[in-house]
Amino acid sequence: MTKMMYRDAIRSTIFEAMEQDDSVVVLGEDVVGGMGTDGGPEAIGGIWSTSTGFYDAFGADRVIDTPISESAIVGAAGGLALAGKRPVAELMFADFIGVSLDQIWNQIAKFRYMFGGKSTCPAIIRMAYGAGFNAGAQHSQSVHHILASMPGLKVVMPATPADARGLLREALRGQDPVIFMEHKMLYGMEGEVPDGDYTVPFGHARLARAGDDVTLVATGLMVSRCEQVADKLAEEGIGCDVLDLRTVSPMDEEAILDSVEQTGRLVVVDEAPPRCNLATDVSAIVAQKAFASLKAPIEMVSAPHSPVPFALELEQAYLPSVDRIEQAVRKVTGWQ
Amino acid sequence: MQLSREALLQAYRRMKIIREFEERLHNEIATGEIAGFTHLYGGQEAVAVGVCEHLDNDDKIVSTHRGHGHCLAKGCEVEGMMKEIWGSSEGLCKGKGGSMHIADVDQGMLGANGIVGAGAPIAVGAALAAKLDGKGKVAITFSGDGACNQGTTFEAMNLAVVTKAPCIFLFENNHYSEHTGFRYAVGTKDDIASRAEAFGMKVWRGDGTDFFDVFDTMREVLDYVRAGNGPAAVEFDTERFFGHFEGDPQRYRGKGELERIRKERDCLTKFRESVTGASLLEASELDAIDQEVLDQIDNSVDAARSAARPTADDVTTDVYVAY
Repeated sequence: MTKMMYRDAIRSTIFEAMEQDDSVVVLGEDVVGGMGTDGGPEAIGGIWSTSTGFYDAFGADRVIDTPISESAIVGAAGGLALAGKRPVAELMFADFIGVSLDQIWNQIAKFRYMFGGKSTCPAIIRMAYGAGFNAGAQHSQSVHHILASMPGLKVVMPATPADARGLLREALRGQDPVIFMEHKMLYGMEGEVPDGDYTVPFGHARLARAGDDVTLVATGLMVSRCEQVADKLAEEGIGCDVLDLRTVSPMDEEAILDSVEQTGRLVVVDEAPPRCNLATDVSAIVAQKAFASLKAPIEMVSAPHSPVPFALELEQAYLPSVDRIEQAVRKVTGWQ
Repeated sequence: MQLSREALLQAYRRMKIIREFEERLHNEIATGEIAGFTHLYGGQEAVAVGVCEHLDNDDKIVSTHRGHGHCLAKGCEVEGMMKEIWGSSEGLCKGKGGSMHIADVDQGMLGANGIVGAGAPIAVGAALAAKLDGKGKVAITFSGDGACNQGTTFEAMNLAVVTKAPCIFLFENNHYSEHTGFRYAVGTKDDIASRAEAFGMKVWRGDGTDFFDVFDTMREVLDYVRAGNGPAAVEFDTERFFGHFEGDPQRYRGKGELERIRKERDCLTKFRESVTGASLLEASELDAIDQEVLDQIDNSVDAARSAARPTADDVTTDVYVAY
């Protein structure tokens, strides 16, 4: 085990992959940073510090600093992948999927299907998502539910440094397009990361806390908030199963259903707004497939149906809080 | 540029295959036998063939809505394409793609595309891969005068210039984007290529109804790009014999326009006149190819008609490699 930050887990994993496999190529806005300036290449090394030192190590053909042009970045990743390379593209902020959505949704997600299964498109599109930095409505969104609704894409949301490494390694070994979503509030998170050739398979949830009374389902930043609630309520004798989904497409339905069948109660926590989000999806699956197990109505804790606000107080009110999650758990455990 | 007899015969055969493929589809679609949207390339054959005769399987192309000609010129097999357009599970893409999404990555054909302007960024990626491999291979994106107005095209041109990607932005100006005229929809009015010049690219222009002009121009363009000079752009002025989609009554055409372009601007007629006039080939040799091609297209249609149909079980296959 080695202790490292979430951002360093990502950085070191891509760096090692580039050392081991000549076909791995990084591209994106400011992944080098400083290009065309007096400061020179590597003056920035990626705005999330996830590609620092790459340019010096691998050169401009494999570390491609792009102009601000998200459609071109995603499309070029698609073309690189179709031509036998393994691109790791950085979209910087998840909000920018809007600018490049055709290339994500109509192109890389669909190549394999439209081409009759005769091609693969192993493009990884990394993006930072989520609220908490007072970055306002266009730099703070959680868009996993939108992307997870698109067949052909795999949507990955690591909640810990260990998973950031294990899931990214899995993405680098797969043959499908992967949306790799990094919560910007987690980049500085420290954690133990297993050494060696460590991967985390997609579609397998992680049981972050075990308990008999209620199932909490979450992703990304919301996982640690659920863990805080679980730890607090454990002292009162309320046991929470906290499931970190890790990937929302594929999604570990079996783990969710198994847990709910044990606990009889479900709280789904989702940072996205409430219409057609992950919480509604998980709730529908449980209502359909584990209805008889339920002892209480399902609770969904989501962001409000609003854009992400700017002001500190408003943003705190927007993000599902530990308090709101706790209230939801108390509601389902106290339901008569 | 003098071509060998074999090369001339091959070029003619390929253009003729595209033409008859399209003419036959035009007729078959009218009978209602083929489902969906089909956008025919007929009239523009000299461009696809004049370009692709220079390429091998390691050179990549990215195509358009009007992709049959590019696919056939790049080596996709006739029968597999016909079956695909018929929606057969024996089709080149197992009936999952259809007319607008035919691809054969092994042939370096990275897909026709149902989204206007979507191909250019993909071609830049393929070109960056070629640059990385360092074997002098290129990627070509075919675009029409419609795609030249999409932002993706501009993003791709700039990215290619910045990264010196061996990418060729090839504009086939057939004067119509769907049902709207070039002289209305393209702000630069006179041409498309000048836009590429604004991005810092060297630019060529040629007559897309003249195979020899396309072929010779492309030799220069490809020599330039293969030599590591970065991207280039080329615009060919050409003609679209059919509507935007099959069934389009073409009410936007001028009086007598279709008859005129068929008479004066048909690349096959021009080729035939050129090679027989210069005594490079005999008319009888070309006539023999015409008949062979007609038979080949007949056979491919018969094969498509009787080919296996996909079943409901096939709906969810090939979404992922593994899920």
